[in-house]
Amino acid sequence: MNLEGLEMVAVLVVLALFVKVLEQFGLFEPVSLEDSVEDEFELSTVCHRPEGLEQLQEQTKFTRKELQVLYRGFKNECPSGIVNEENFKQIYSQFFPQGDSSTYATFLFNAFDTDHDGSVSFEDFVAGLSVILRGTIDDRLNWAFNLYDLNKDGCITKEEMLDIMKSIYDMMGKYTYPALREEAPKEHVESFFQKMDRNKDGVVTIEEFIESCQKDENIMRSMQLFDNVI
Amino acid sequence: MAAGVATWLPFARAAAVGWLPLAQQPLPPAPGVKASRADEVLVVNVSGRRFETWKNTLDRYPDTLLGSSEKEFFYDADSGEYFFDRDPDMFRHVLNFYRTGRLHCPRQECIQAFDEELAFYGLVPELVGDCCLEEYRDRKKENAERLAEDEEAEQAGEGPALPAGSSLRQQLWRAFENPHTSTAALVFYYVTGFFIAVSVIANVVETIPCRGSARLPSKEVPCGDRFPMAFFCMDTACVLIFTGEYLLRLFAAPSRCRFLRSVMSLIDVVAIMPYYIGLFVAKGDDVSGAFVTLRVFRVFRIFKFSRHSQGLRILGYTLKSCASELGFLLFSLTMAIIIFATVMFYAEKSTNKTNFTSIPAAFWYTIVTMTTLGYGDMVPSTIAGKIFGSICSLSGVLVIALPVPVIVSNFSRIYHQNQRADKRRAQQKVRLARIRLAKSGTTNAFLQYKQNGGLEDSGSGEEQALCVRNRSAFEQQHHHLLHCLEKTTCHEFTDELTFSEALGAVSLGGRTSRSTSVSSQPVGAGSLLSSCCPRRAKRRAIRLANSTASVSRGSMQELDTLAGLRRSPVPQSRSSLNAKPHGSLDLNCDSRDFVAAIISIPTPPANTPDESRPSSPGGSGGGRASSTLRNSSLGTSCFLPETVKISSL
Repeated sequence: MNLEGLEMVAVLVVLALFVKVLEQFGLFEPVSLEDSVEDEFELSTVCHRPEGLEQLQEQTKFTRKELQVLYRGFKNECPSGIVNEENFKQIYSQFFPQGDSSTYATFLFNAFDTDHDGSVSFEDFVAGLSVILRGTIDDRLNWAFNLYDLNKDGCITKEEMLDIMKSIYDMMGKYTYPALREEAPKEHVESFFQKMDRNKDGVVTIEEFIESCQKDENIMRSMQLFDNVI
Repeated sequence: MAAGVATWLPFARAAAVGWLPLAQQPLPPAPGVKASRADEVLVVNVSGRRFETWKNTLDRYPDTLLGSSEKEFFYDADSGEYFFDRDPDMFRHVLNFYRTGRLHCPRQECIQAFDEELAFYGLVPELVGDCCLEEYRDRKKENAERLAEDEEAEQAGEGPALPAGSSLRQQLWRAFENPHTSTAALVFYYVTGFFIAVSVIANVVETIPCRGSARLPSKEVPCGDRFPMAFFCMDTACVLIFTGEYLLRLFAAPSRCRFLRSVMSLIDVVAIMPYYIGLFVAKGDDVSGAFVTLRVFRVFRIFKFSRHSQGLRILGYTLKSCASELGFLLFSLTMAIIIFATVMFYAEKSTNKTNFTSIPAAFWYTIVTMTTLGYGDMVPSTIAGKIFGSICSLSGVLVIALPVPVIVSNFSRIYHQNQRADKRRAQQKVRLARIRLAKSGTTNAFLQYKQNGGLEDSGSGEEQALCVRNRSAFEQQHHHLLHCLEKTTCHEFTDELTFSEALGAVSLGGRTSRSTSVSSQPVGAGSLLSSCCPRRAKRRAIRLANSTASVSRGSMQELDTLAGLRRSPVPQSRSSLNAKPHGSLDLNCDSRDFVAAIISIPTPPANTPDESRPSSPGGSGGGRASSTLRNSSLGTSCFLPETVKISSL
């Protein structure tokens, strides 16, 4: 390293320090390459208020008191008034600690989210509950069909059914008795289609579904499951 | 989010509709839950402040007090609310837990009070929310440490107070570790401190130039060479003391291996070794270099002062605990030194007659500049050198200033901890005294009560009237309980003073051969003895008399007499005293006249009046007492030698 070079280096260092000092005084605006400062202002809470109590009373089959209780619980958990998919999955997973309930929760979310805006508001929530808990058997079966029909095209294919079945079996987790076999969901889907698919065209339409379910005694008897949930 | 679980349960159950059509077996029927009532509002009254909440809110956590049926115990049917006699401010946090599912820890409350409230309401401390968890844990750990220190200090503090049964070795060790326990230890402590100082000063003074010896007055020699004998004697004396101290410590140490490896013992060894090595090594020229080094090591004696000074120990401990910061300081300094030394060397290379002859030579310049010493023995002369030199000095200030506050804060923390420990130790004496006072207060109350004849079942009105002072219901029941215990064990309560005096008197063998009756047991005790332990009463009577004598006014003389009762050999009167109690015992029930039974010592009646009178003024404190004594002394002659009675003062 010759002397000139070192002197130049020394001068450069001095200049750099000088610039830094001037920056401190605000005379030089630092060139900022990213303008992420604005992003900070994004509102993280979107507050959603449901329609009035009377309207909800008309739309659903719940009494005023029941709606009040439901809303209190809902608001407590989701102060912003809406549930998004992540929350939904998290909530549902608390009930099934052993298995993985995220897939089924997604399906449920899509079923509850009737207007498909990516979030479940209190109206959606209460509407779904009203159908399931206070609706007729046909309503419930309709709702279940809606749940199974993933692409909402009016009929359930074997692939859709298989997805649903797998998600339900996933909720069981690893430790079951007797041990879960790989083919169990598939077999279950086969038996389901055998029972439901009248014309053997490989898909189950809503009429076939309701008709077959009404003929099935087990299903009819199990419907009283929802009698005193709320 | 356990609160969420309860809220969303209906939804999860409703979602089971998706399984219905797929089920191959019939689903089980829903549980027969009673028809859900409309949600009701509960009122919880905590020390007057009313909290109202939905019942469902409380039901979210069924394994707590408020969520379970345990709260029914606190239900007040008249007012229709749940009443808790607890802190309302803390309850707010508990209730918020039910509402939000997160338990927050209040900052301004004592952590122990908070813990107690949690324990009462059945909440586990793990429920504290993440936001407050760290702080909660820190405060709890601090508290636990403080309590542990207290316990340690208590045990350590009580240790020296109870040297009974410890060997010479243990006593010696305790004397070394806590010089304040005995005068001898304190003296030893100061003597060693003095000799350390003397030794260090001698080492220093040794090197001062004195006027030369008589032969060459103009030449200046160090004092050590002028008065070699004096210094040698002083050195020898100091080393002897240090050696003795070290050997004693080694002997007394409970774990010699650990002691040998401890820092203080190493310092001791290093302090005295040079002397012995110097003795055994001839003062030849070939080893004089080593000899000089050894003399240097003598200065380490000054570290022995750390036993005497708390502050030195703290300093050492601080440095040890800041080892990482010091290490960082050293590392960064080294890096900077090497960089700047290299740069300065190359910058100054071209100058003629430069001081910067090599990079290591430049180290000296860099260190002096970075620590802002600036001796000026090496200065750069080129411009580049000066620029880099100034940058060097600026950066030096920064690099050194950074770790220093960490070390300082560490020192401050440790110092304050120590101060706090000392303060607690000082306060602990007060605290222990308070506890002891409270305990003795209760005992004294009971003993006083007994003295006043409260235990008499069918006492005469006179005696009963004496204990007219009102006792609370609690006291009454407490005293009854203590009385029951006494009856069960056939022993009586007494106070510490009497007991230790009696014990001391017994162990020392008694002093006089008093033969008078002695003090004090209430009637109850007498009848107690007769009723439950007739056979053992002979021993018990004496021991009891020993122990319960002089609740407040026992005299040494009376105790000595009692003591004399128990010692069989030597003085003739004593032996005669002892002979009699082995006979049969008839407890005289007439002794009620004296409010209690009397111990009469079967000595020849002639002695009794003479000796009793001198003893009575010295013995008792009350008029009643003296009269009792006189009565007893007269009575002695009337009673059979076999009778043993216990009298009260």
